[in-house]
Amino acid sequence: MRLPSEAPGTFVPLPPRARAGPGPRGRRGGGILRYGAIGLETVYLDNAASTRALESVADAVRHALLHAYGNPSSLHAMGLEAERLVEATRADLARVLGVAPNELVFTSGGTEANNLALKGAARARARRGRHLLVSPIEHDSVLNAVEALRAEGFEVDFLPVDGQGYVDPEGLRARIRPDTVLVSVGAVNNEIGTVQPIAAIGQVLASFGEDRPLLHTDAVQALGKVPLGEVVRHADLASFSAHKIHGPKGVGALYVRRGVRLVPLAQGGGQERDLRPGTENVPGIAGFGAALRELDGLVEAWPRMRELKARLWNALRASLPGIEIVRNGPELAEAAPHILNVSFPGLRGEVVVHALEEHGVFASTGSACTSRDPRPSHVLKAIGCSDAVAQGAVRLSLSRFTTDEDVERAVQAFAATVPNLLKFARVRGRSGGR
Amino acid sequence: MNATAQPGGTMLVRYGEISLKGANRQTFEHALRRRLSEAIERAAGADAPVRVRLAHGRIYVDYDEQEDDVRERLLFALTRTFGVVSVSPARRVPLDWGALVEAAEALGRRAKSGGARTFKVEARRANKSFPKTSPEIARELGAALAARLDWPVDVRRPDAVVQVEVREWAYVYAETYPGPGGLPLGTGGRGMLLLSGGIDSPVAGWLLAKRGLEPVAVYFHSPPYTGEKALEKVRDLCRALAVWCGPLELYTVPFTEISQQIYERAPDPLGTVLMRRFMVRIAQRLGDQVGAGALITGESLGQVASQTIESIAAIADVADRPILRPLVGLDKAEIVELARRIGTYEISVRPFPDCCSVFVPRNPATRPRIDDCRRAEERLDVEALVAEAVARTARERLGPAPAGRMGQETASPAR
Repeated sequence: MRLPSEAPGTFVPLPPRARAGPGPRGRRGGGILRYGAIGLETVYLDNAASTRALESVADAVRHALLHAYGNPSSLHAMGLEAERLVEATRADLARVLGVAPNELVFTSGGTEANNLALKGAARARARRGRHLLVSPIEHDSVLNAVEALRAEGFEVDFLPVDGQGYVDPEGLRARIRPDTVLVSVGAVNNEIGTVQPIAAIGQVLASFGEDRPLLHTDAVQALGKVPLGEVVRHADLASFSAHKIHGPKGVGALYVRRGVRLVPLAQGGGQERDLRPGTENVPGIAGFGAALRELDGLVEAWPRMRELKARLWNALRASLPGIEIVRNGPELAEAAPHILNVSFPGLRGEVVVHALEEHGVFASTGSACTSRDPRPSHVLKAIGCSDAVAQGAVRLSLSRFTTDEDVERAVQAFAATVPNLLKFARVRGRSGGR
Repeated sequence: MNATAQPGGTMLVRYGEISLKGANRQTFEHALRRRLSEAIERAAGADAPVRVRLAHGRIYVDYDEQEDDVRERLLFALTRTFGVVSVSPARRVPLDWGALVEAAEALGRRAKSGGARTFKVEARRANKSFPKTSPEIARELGAALAARLDWPVDVRRPDAVVQVEVREWAYVYAETYPGPGGLPLGTGGRGMLLLSGGIDSPVAGWLLAKRGLEPVAVYFHSPPYTGEKALEKVRDLCRALAVWCGPLELYTVPFTEISQQIYERAPDPLGTVLMRRFMVRIAQRLGDQVGAGALITGESLGQVASQTIESIAAIADVADRPILRPLVGLDKAEIVELARRIGTYEISVRPFPDCCSVFVPRNPATRPRIDDCRRAEERLDVEALVAEAVARTARERLGPAPAGRMGQETASPAR
């Protein structure tokens, strides 16, 4: 990945734990039934859902809100100052990705970027063809966007994935039709951390010549986690989000390769080259920029995150002797450095999550956006997991600030809860499977 | 500022049933008046220039029409106070013909622009010192409005009825909004409402609150099988009920240990009914602390396995006071309809997975025998489990959700 060339001299390490974070203690009616969580330090292992903002990010947001509060479209100096913040972030992201600044469109986040990419490109190319190819393990914002396109008359086929979530480039080749206009494969899966062979997929598409389908990649979980140079070189459209890299929520970006036409989702005052009109989210974009300027720190943390993840997995198995524990997804060393997905067949993931919470450990079942949905994860089902494994999945996701002690505390929490929960497990319990 | 010293707005609040209560009438009237004052204070603030008067078998709520949206907020509160049959927002004017015509014209103009093509005037002169008789008022006012507004009178089937009441002031109104009816909250004592987070139990609580029984909520929380968000959902249900009942107390009982022991030691098919027996025991213990003479549940006959006559009997076996089940004869669709009306449905259907299903038996007994339940409980230290759960119960007080938030629409006219 290409990174900002100048060394980030402003890097200030954060305290190891987000102890001032929005823990459950601050809730209304706090103190009620908080059991073990009282007085414990927070071990936050849900970084794939969202991350704590960096101090420099908070400073940048605050500065934009209180000082650079002009409208970037205004003609005066205050407007210019706001515009400069927006353009500085655009330049930073362009440098990180190795693209031109005018190939980037700011959005309200990954969901909007995915919707703009898929609906925008499909509608722009509808006259050429109406066939879309999508991997079945995409985030809901991709799957539901193509679902909406299906209702408009597009035809959608899903690509086959193997047991570790990999899309086979040759399987893709076999499914491309003359009327295929768009392919969407996420660069890093948000639940199991599979890093897709985007370059190989791009080469397959390139072999179809001038009339080839476009390639969109949801790179929300990839930014700052895996090398992106190759990914962006082969993709025509790529989605990003700030709050996964210690930036603010509510801001993201879409890379649109020069020459790729999109139909915008909304009409307005012409901002973002008419692709995403509306006054720019200047504070959010400024915060995104601050996060990008400290991306080096994240990249440097990859080896340590991998090592901690491996230690977490090994310690989990060692501390739960005789208990069946399954790891979902690709080989540890091949997966994205921050995501570990484990299942305890017979337990429901959400029960484990709540039990860990009582010990101050915050994790997730699958994707945070769908964790209210009691159905088993579509990702785990697509890679062939049984219902018992899919329902029992817990996603642990690390950040650059995760420490040895966090891992230790998390393992202790598992050891303290899982054996007891298994006593009351239903799926493989006294009454047999459901 | 004295709201009655000058012309302004008055809500005419009618209460039906409680005026029939004979010797107890005064008690009920005072209870209603107190509840109305509380509701008004919540709706308009403690210092609002609002006065509540009791006269002529009605309650008059005088307010300052100049105040921003106070009319809407008062109407919202009054139509959500148990005991209120209907409310008419009226203009209050001095006993002067010109003022009366002017007030009626303003009301008529609004009704006409709201789509009423025809109208009539109805008048009632209670104050005989007013020079015109009731028929004269109706006729002359009708003629005046018809001329000034170019608005045809239709005495048979008018779209709008402009009503005039002449008392110490004259009251003019054209709209009447239904209240919930029932009896003032608290006149029936208190009841422990077993809230599950589902659709039924809040409706059960509301129905009995309507009959004057003040609900005190109990929720059985099973962490880690039920999460913090499930508890928050129950809190939101309490906040929605508090729109009708005023601030509600919620007792949250830790129930995991009891479920686990039942699961480990009792026959699987009896799991649900045994859990319900524990809930009844605990709710009664808490009820003793707050003076609740009854339990309230959302059971509806035959809806699920624990709601057969045999199950109900097995659960009632441990009850030392009445268990009220106001939904027992209702269908699900009827319950849903009520839940929508009172503003709890949207909360109840919020999809927080209820992992308590872990402890639900695979083949629950639909005809549990009381003897079997008692025998199964011999393997449990019932008293210790109940005492421990009661000791670790948390209490909180939850005020009403901000008006309009829970999908409650402003009341619509009765006619």
